[in-house]
Amino acid sequence: MWRDNLRCIYYIALKDMRTYYLKPPSVSWGVVFPVAWILAFYLRNPRSFEELVPGLIAMTILFSTTAAEAVVINFELRLSSLERLLLAPVSLPAVLLGKVLGGAIFGFMMTTVMTIGSVLIIGLHPNLLYLVLIIIPSLLVFSSLGALLCVLVKEVFEAQTLLNLPRFLMIFLSGVIYPVSAMPVVLQYLAYVMPLTYTVRGLRDSFSVSSDIKVFTDTLVLTGFFLLFIFSAIKLLHKKFQ
Amino acid sequence: MNKDIIIAVSDLTKSYDEILAVDHISFEVKKSEIFGFLGPNGAGKTTTIRMLTGLSKPTDGKASVLGFDVDSEIVEAKRCIGVVPETSNLYDELSALDNLLFMAQLYGVPRTQRRKRAEELLKIFGLYERKDSHFRTFSRGMKRALTIAAALIHNPEILFLDEPTVGLDVVAARSLRNLISNLRQQGITVFLTTHYLEEADLLCDRIAILVKGRIVKIDTPEVLKAVAKEESVIEVSFNGKVSELIEDLSNRLTNVKIVAVDNNKARIYGGISNQIYDCVFSLAKDKNMEIQFINSIKPSLEDAFLKITGLSPMVMVIEKGGK
Repeated sequence: MWRDNLRCIYYIALKDMRTYYLKPPSVSWGVVFPVAWILAFYLRNPRSFEELVPGLIAMTILFSTTAAEAVVINFELRLSSLERLLLAPVSLPAVLLGKVLGGAIFGFMMTTVMTIGSVLIIGLHPNLLYLVLIIIPSLLVFSSLGALLCVLVKEVFEAQTLLNLPRFLMIFLSGVIYPVSAMPVVLQYLAYVMPLTYTVRGLRDSFSVSSDIKVFTDTLVLTGFFLLFIFSAIKLLHKKFQ
Repeated sequence: MNKDIIIAVSDLTKSYDEILAVDHISFEVKKSEIFGFLGPNGAGKTTTIRMLTGLSKPTDGKASVLGFDVDSEIVEAKRCIGVVPETSNLYDELSALDNLLFMAQLYGVPRTQRRKRAEELLKIFGLYERKDSHFRTFSRGMKRALTIAAALIHNPEILFLDEPTVGLDVVAARSLRNLISNLRQQGITVFLTTHYLEEADLLCDRIAILVKGRIVKIDTPEVLKAVAKEESVIEVSFNGKVSELIEDLSNRLTNVKIVAVDNNKARIYGGISNQIYDCVFSLAKDKNMEIQFINSIKPSLEDAFLKITGLSPMVMVIEKGGK
């Protein structure tokens, strides 16, 4: 049974890569939008751009994964193709994990380009192990958050609109642009219930030489968010098909 | 359990809040037969298929497919069944061959056999020449055929077909019916839902008539038609609207049931044939209307459906969405 599930997770993710990665909503929200933001910040102040790199990588993870989920899930909900996957001899969690993996791989491709680009152009020296420990769980967290919200609606445009609420809230409150420590105390509390805060903090630690590193804590917290989102999404999808 | 019974359903029920979609139905499907679920839209046909294929959980009752309980052992059952949903939902962005290969991967067809099996099915369904064309470029009939091919990729023992010919033109529907008919010769059991009486009559070995979530009768088309044989059926066609004449005819004839088949045609069930002929001719003369034809007809499944359910066969023409 577990072998069937693993096989399906792999083939669903592979099929989604071939089928959906070049769809306009994936490209506009998952590629063009983060690139436009990065260019805007760079052109505004190239000298202090280095400080913004961790936040902008985090934003790339957030937008690319959630944009891909809206496409891989809502295109199939609209055309009833998701039902076709559920007719196969696999469990529903395996189908959803295949979808989450598809979004995470898209995010990984975008994040890799952004990270390598920053490292080469600006000449940064990040800790590779820390980067992996933060980026991988973050990709899964935001991909599963995307899946959770996307199964609530049917159309891709509805999903993108719904996703914008947590996306922009997190961008402004999770330290992407403005440090969390400089925000009012109430907003700081709010920031720490948002997964992007831990991604940004972990990425900052990966790029810094400070001794006060919390990468492992951030990885644990992000894993917790992933489990919370994926189990909630599985429960919602179960309910939708009952 | 009898080895010949491969689908066993007992008191199966599905309700959505206040709506009872399927109401305590029980039936059995035998090996290698084409079993039809016939009923108007909203009768509960698709809901039954969804429960039998694991897409929806029954509210009450039991069902097993190939001996596997659909509630607790559905994954095992899914290995041996193929499902063709009402909508042809393969992937527009993939070619015909790639769609079949993906389905083969999903169902665990051994790597060495995938391509061979996919190409074999494309040949059987007459799509081999278009194997590299994207699914979105296919006509409705071709999409339907490829969707059936996809459901057969893992050599299932049972094929569930939900309204296989809906939306197809006459030629495509006929060709698809031939393909379905051929499946029986390959030993595949077919469970098919339809609201086309003619289709059920042509294809099915046995038919369950479903109305408002309940099975009202299960039997072979021949036995079902025999129900209507006991009384005479006369079909008459006028050059004007028949709806305006039904009341007059009903007043002049006793112990008959008159049903409009279409705008110009009506069927008169029961009564004494000679009296009916006289009455129809005199009515036509009084109303100054022309009789295009009048004939005693052999009872069809439509007539049996009318007699068994009390519903006009016209309700079967209504497509989903009330069109």
